[in-house]
Amino acid sequence: MEKHMHVPMTKEEAAGLKSGDYVYLTGTIYTARDAAHKRMDETLDQGRDLPFEIKDQIIYYMGPSPAREGRPIGSAGPTTASRMDRYTPRLLDLGLGAMIGKGKRTQDVMDAIVRNGCVYFAAVGGAGALLSKCIKRSEVIAYDDLGTEAIRRLEVEDFPVIVVIDSEGHNLYETAIREYQK
Amino acid sequence: MRTVQVSEITKNIKEMCIEANHYLSKDMEAVMEKAAETEKAPLGKQILGQLRENLDIAAKDMIPICQDTGMSVVFLEIGQDVHLEGGLLEDAVNEGVRQGYTEGYLRKSVVGDPILRENTKDNTPAVIHTRIVGGDRVKIKVAPKGFGSENMSRVFMLKPADGLEGVKHAILTAVKDAGPNACPPMVVGVGVGGTFEKCALMAKEALTREAGSHSSIPWVRELEEEMLEKVNSLGIGPGGLGGSTTAFAVNVNTYPTHIAGLPVAVNICCHVNRHVVREV
Repeated sequence: MEKHMHVPMTKEEAAGLKSGDYVYLTGTIYTARDAAHKRMDETLDQGRDLPFEIKDQIIYYMGPSPAREGRPIGSAGPTTASRMDRYTPRLLDLGLGAMIGKGKRTQDVMDAIVRNGCVYFAAVGGAGALLSKCIKRSEVIAYDDLGTEAIRRLEVEDFPVIVVIDSEGHNLYETAIREYQK
Repeated sequence: MRTVQVSEITKNIKEMCIEANHYLSKDMEAVMEKAAETEKAPLGKQILGQLRENLDIAAKDMIPICQDTGMSVVFLEIGQDVHLEGGLLEDAVNEGVRQGYTEGYLRKSVVGDPILRENTKDNTPAVIHTRIVGGDRVKIKVAPKGFGSENMSRVFMLKPADGLEGVKHAILTAVKDAGPNACPPMVVGVGVGGTFEKCALMAKEALTREAGSHSSIPWVRELEEEMLEKVNSLGIGPGGLGGSTTAFAVNVNTYPTHIAGLPVAVNICCHVNRHVVREV
């Protein structure tokens, strides 16, 4: 089913999304990938606050290429989510609402998604030029020294994603391929 | 003896880095177009359409096809009648990468130490494979490699008794495990034989072979065709969201090996499979 949604979204809205839904997101999302996750995890270990309030927010696993003059961002497609798996349950338990990435997740992450009523979206891997057109503004808000791996706040408009794992734990990566398996 | 200035190598590598990251090669374009017609899944078709649109935007607006503009893998075939002048060859290659990635707005994705992990900020060093061949030319292949697919690549040290069935099983295992992580539809490069490192290098080089071309060895050609069909029967499809196009090509290279072994390497690449070839 095709849907348009404003983000961040509430847990009630997240519960309305089903595995396989094609969703266009408009609003604010945050980027973080490997190095930023490691640093956020260390920050929590030290008992300090994360660099942004993550309750109900969406993290996009993405590290862009440099922007040309006059553009908000360079190429901006999803990176493989599984590398963030060891940090993810902790963030979900702290209130993170959803993630955008590509590829499989561990059972631990799936359990945390269901436990917290969250969603895992996939964006199309290798479509970074196309996806960059849906990003209207980009601002580094933390970990500037990490370069492409810094945390950015993005304003997106009709950013296309697909619900892979929904809040009930249905996983499109498992169900969709059955139909085409010979 | 023919003299080649290494600055010529630098200039070409710079241009090739930028070209590979913005324009799909003709061979990949052909297999992608064909897949758009034959893909059975509606969502798969839609994703292939997005990938097409992505390529058009990349070329028109000079935005890299993918934000992961890769670690630069450079194959050099140097004719033994070439005399290189003006500096060290490896420095010239790295200078080309540095210029291409800095001036071309490409992402710097290389860390200088695998554990300390500080970004080198210019995407150097490249991974350089040099071979001395006949003649007086220098053939350069630049293949920027993204790590979504690189991480899903495997080496299997099989036993001679595992035979051809073992090779097939290894290929299918690697592709199945890669699934949506490797940005399918993928290109599967396979090396069979040689030693531990030789089979991995063959698998990498197999990726740079023209998509749709086949080995001249009859059993290898049959293996390539059979495995492409089997891989596409896994149902993984575009984006890993189901469909009949899981791979565009399976390319297999082989080499003699030891009486005690059957090394197999499977190097997986995403649907862009960047590679540019030039001769100077």
